[in-house]
Amino acid sequence: MSAITLTVNGQRTTVNAAPMKRLLDVLREDLHLTGAKEGCGEGECGSCSVLMDGGDGQAELVNSCLIPILQAEGTCITTIEGLEHGHNLDPIQQCFLEKGGAQCGICTPGMILATHHLLDKYPQPTLAQIQEGLAGNLCRCTGYMRIFDAVQQAATKSG
Amino acid sequence: MRSNVTDYSLIAPATLTAALQTLASDPTLTPIAGGTELMVALSAGRLPQKRLLSINHLKELRFISVTPETITLGSGTTFTDIRGHAGIASDFPLLAQAASWTGSIANQNRGTLGGNIVNASPAADSPPALLAYDADLTLISAAGTRTMPYRPFHLGYKKTALAPGELLHSITIPRKFAAYRAYTRKVGTRNAQAISKVALACLALVTDGPDNPGIRQIQDIRIGAASLREFPTRCTATEQAILNHPILRETLPATIAAARAALATEARPIDDIRSTARYRAAVAGNLLEEFLHSLQGAS
Repeated sequence: MSAITLTVNGQRTTVNAAPMKRLLDVLREDLHLTGAKEGCGEGECGSCSVLMDGGDGQAELVNSCLIPILQAEGTCITTIEGLEHGHNLDPIQQCFLEKGGAQCGICTPGMILATHHLLDKYPQPTLAQIQEGLAGNLCRCTGYMRIFDAVQQAATKSG
Repeated sequence: MRSNVTDYSLIAPATLTAALQTLASDPTLTPIAGGTELMVALSAGRLPQKRLLSINHLKELRFISVTPETITLGSGTTFTDIRGHAGIASDFPLLAQAASWTGSIANQNRGTLGGNIVNASPAADSPPALLAYDADLTLISAAGTRTMPYRPFHLGYKKTALAPGELLHSITIPRKFAAYRAYTRKVGTRNAQAISKVALACLALVTDGPDNPGIRQIQDIRIGAASLREFPTRCTATEQAILNHPILRETLPATIAAARAALATEARPIDDIRSTARYRAAVAGNLLEEFLHSLQGAS
């Protein structure tokens, strides 16, 4: 077991875990943050997506199922639980709600964090940029159109 | 079935020097960079290597440096780093394109060029481009460094020239292809983040022939391929078969036929979970034809 210190949603925390334990499992089992979901467990579906800042101030979208916890040492992680502001939803969350971008909810936390990452890079994304930015996040309910609508509305609101 | 993670060890020496010393004292350690390959195996309960060495955090391996003659990418360069580099986009479009279709954005943020090479999948996305561009590899160990051409690096299925205790340090590409036509296409199940069924990355220098002024011909040609052999391959027989061929509408069908025939002699595609040998061979020939047609346009 290793003692690993990282910052999750602004809170510095130390966990004792096997170094190859997946970041996803640490978030869900040790820190009880169950927003990130396990879909495929092989980096294809994006339902475990979180944002990870390795120390350079750049929060990158990553699949938490593919990260051994030792590689998260010293990083800042943002999960869906860290996105809301007090008791107010983040504008992206609000847009997914209003546009029907969420149905069963399994993909939604990852979709919203992927959208966050996308809008950081492209504040006014084209439809092609939205499609590419979310290509690693699979949704089996919505058919994606409502998700694209939600992202476009979020871009308009923040722009 | 899921692996029991307590069966695995992982250490992360703070510097490249320390990592190389650790690897020298125990060459059986398996290096892990972005984890987009090994962690998939872990989740599926099929990662046989139990003791791993993390190199993901080593800043010494994550750089892109440009000289007038070359561009050198550290093995820890991510696909996102490659996509964001203006010099690669302008000088090495085949590599920029390969980076853009390697997995999803999240995987491009973690996956590294070095991992893509050393993992040695026949279907890997960046090797065809690196083969076409005549890349050199610099390998490093506690004993020192050595440089070798990338082409002979792959020795067999998932077998490479990397010696025990060695890491891939960097990849160097000569900046001599500005005048070349570039063509690349990957055929997978879907556009986004599918693993290739077959892919080609091609370069051709088409200029007036020395003996036939006014008639453009193939002065130099390089064809890198994924999923046609047991490792990423340069299709040298195909290149030789059409070198110095003129690019004329009347002769192009014969050139295409010669290229297809040569490709059939050196391609050894297989049937597997993603495709069939027959489909791969047919599509590779079609991509080759598309590439040769693209050489007809104005230079």
